[in-house]
Amino acid sequence: MKTEGYNAGEHYDEMLSGDGKIREHYYEFYQHLKKTSSRKMNQLQHSANQTQRSMGMTFNVYHDNQGMEKILHLDIIPRIIPNSEWQKLEAGLKQRTQALNLFLQDIYNDRKILKDGIVPSDLILKSKDYLEPCIGLSPPKGIWCHITGTDLVKSKDGEYYILEDNLRCPSGVSYMLESREIIKRVYPDIFNKKGVMPVSNYPTKLLRMLQNLSDKPKPIVGVLTPGIYNSAYYEHSYLALQMGVELVNGIDLIVENKRVYMQTTKGLQQIDVLYRRIDDTFLDPKTFNPESMLGVPGLFEAYKAGNIALANAPGTGVADDKAVYAYVPKIINYYLDEEPILKNVPTYLCREEEERQFVLDHIEELVVKETNAAGGYGMLIGPKATAEEHAKFRDLVMNNPTNYIAQPTLSLSTVPTLTDEGISGRHVDLRPYILYGQEIEVIPGALTRVALKKGSLVVNSSQGGGSKDTWVLY
Amino acid sequence: MLSRVANSIYWLGRYLERSENYARFIDVNFNLMQDLPVDLKEQWHPLIAATGDLELYESKCKGYERNQVLFFLGFDPENPNSMLSTIKNARENARVIRENLNKETWEKTNELYYMMQEGLERKVWKKEDPRPFFEKVKNQILLIYGIADSNVARTEGWYFRQLGQYLERADKTSRILDVKYHILLPSDQEVGTPLDFLHWMALLKSVTAFNTYRRLYGNIDSACVVEFLVLNKYFPRSIYHCIKEAEKCLHNISGNLGGGYMNSAEKAMGELRSRMEFAEVGEIIGFGLHEYLDNLQLKINGVSNLVDSNFFTIRDNHTLQTQSQSQS
Repeated sequence: MKTEGYNAGEHYDEMLSGDGKIREHYYEFYQHLKKTSSRKMNQLQHSANQTQRSMGMTFNVYHDNQGMEKILHLDIIPRIIPNSEWQKLEAGLKQRTQALNLFLQDIYNDRKILKDGIVPSDLILKSKDYLEPCIGLSPPKGIWCHITGTDLVKSKDGEYYILEDNLRCPSGVSYMLESREIIKRVYPDIFNKKGVMPVSNYPTKLLRMLQNLSDKPKPIVGVLTPGIYNSAYYEHSYLALQMGVELVNGIDLIVENKRVYMQTTKGLQQIDVLYRRIDDTFLDPKTFNPESMLGVPGLFEAYKAGNIALANAPGTGVADDKAVYAYVPKIINYYLDEEPILKNVPTYLCREEEERQFVLDHIEELVVKETNAAGGYGMLIGPKATAEEHAKFRDLVMNNPTNYIAQPTLSLSTVPTLTDEGISGRHVDLRPYILYGQEIEVIPGALTRVALKKGSLVVNSSQGGGSKDTWVLY
Repeated sequence: MLSRVANSIYWLGRYLERSENYARFIDVNFNLMQDLPVDLKEQWHPLIAATGDLELYESKCKGYERNQVLFFLGFDPENPNSMLSTIKNARENARVIRENLNKETWEKTNELYYMMQEGLERKVWKKEDPRPFFEKVKNQILLIYGIADSNVARTEGWYFRQLGQYLERADKTSRILDVKYHILLPSDQEVGTPLDFLHWMALLKSVTAFNTYRRLYGNIDSACVVEFLVLNKYFPRSIYHCIKEAEKCLHNISGNLGGGYMNSAEKAMGELRSRMEFAEVGEIIGFGLHEYLDNLQLKINGVSNLVDSNFFTIRDNHTLQTQSQSQS
């Protein structure tokens, strides 16, 4: 494969250093790439695509009528992370998860952090994700965010920055697991040579974490899915299969005497733990959105009575709000009395007058995001947008300032990627997964999302992003 | 097992069997047409009549030209029983219960779906000889059975799939046999002629029964063929055998070890099985084969409805949400 033309450009490249040298942790892989013909690489890519299709590794795209099921393109060139780098990430993510969990427990109970004025009360108490029914509740073992998938990017300075804390049952972990299986077939010999940490025991760890939430010796666990039309349905069924537990829809469950039962061919069977992949407010039409047809009437009462554990706990959404994000360094400091290990991206809160003015004046240079949207929707990338779009977002910000934040445009690092024009750098982010069971554990791997369009910074799968296998080295 | 899951597994079994049988239908008719004397026109009408979708066909098409019929049976998305539709349904059912299937079963079912999509794109029904395609589809389905046979634990899920498969097969064997009723012979005098034999042979071959039949009966004789395909106790595609196996599935599901019946589905099935067990072929022919088969199909549908109400109906926790799938 021709690699001579590959250059890092102005961005931080994961394979090439600024002076054009191959970084040490990519060395073996680079050698392999050099001696593999481009024809062979394309063949391998093709067979990886075929495998994905056979496996049915699909996701559904909202607002797209053409072909409900799509395949998330898996680029066969891996993203490699050296162990030293990983150790810092791991420590930082553990610290962050611990602090956010303490924060959630506090704001739904004693509200000390609000009383001490560290985080503004109204930001929390008026947030639509602050769920009143959860006030005064302590979930089983005091754990709120059991599964977290934090988004990070690496900027020009070679440092990781936290982009988002996803505390609402983030998706993508099945891609991390299945991609690894596919990529292992693509590079049968490199894995041993390089020493890549395995991710395949994730389902075991997940199951153990879920079982830990019940006091029963053999709790019955299930994955609760909104159903086959959900974009992440593939993942729900994949995880249920891997854990060997039931995959249930709302209609499979029924609540009696504040206990939750599955409807089986042999009658009702009680269920103890639900890894729920339904949004908070759709969980129970009696407590939350009465329109919800996805949830189970009475589920929340059963939860309050301690008869069913839910992961993640309802109510976590308030802590991964993009405005609360700006306070996370202070939150870490407040609860743990430590300095944050991982950096936040500087964030301008449009709710604060001074910062809002700065945003309005510099909108061309900034990324403006809705505090409450996901999937790359409702955001403006200033430098890439037109004057009209700038004007539109100025209006949006002025009309509803609390709904927006802005951040400087980050330069996302690039990873060599197989494209039509040969190997070329494409921007990536990183989503590692963190499990909070008896202790906090970061899985040594991640979903690396890659913007397949040249120069693009949008990595979301719903908007033309692909993925890469992520190798964390021993 | 979740009722919803059991429902999907049952229908997965039915839809796969249905598509496999359609592939057989098409193959047998194709072979038969090649053996016809030149002055006889190709007959594709009987095939559609046998599937029970004649009304739908006639509302869409004029005439019974080969390509048109092949499209209707194989690829018409508007025909809920075309292979394309049933394979899509099989895959949808597999997809919603994927966590209950082994990886290979799911992957092969998924590939089967893409195989049909490809056939649709390539317009296989217009090919001079589309048989290799249908053969490939049939083999893929057989592969799925083979994988299940050697890998799936004999627990509830297995028996629900088998139950669906046997009920569907009983229905389809009765329909294949009925094709003969719809095929027009040039005149009554042709009964018992080489042309008549050709039909019976083709029919036996379509259910892979020809050699077994030969060994048992020797000569081709209509009453013997009927006896073989309806009442034979050992041939896995005979209607009696399917009903007997389906009954065993029900007993395995309910844990009924003592015989008799434990629920209304077992009762209806047991009744049907015992009637067939003691039936004589003479009675069937005396009653009228077509009428007998028609009646049998209704009884099989009745059992399927009872299976549904005994095992799949779930109490609604919101408003009424029934999940009904197309019977046939």
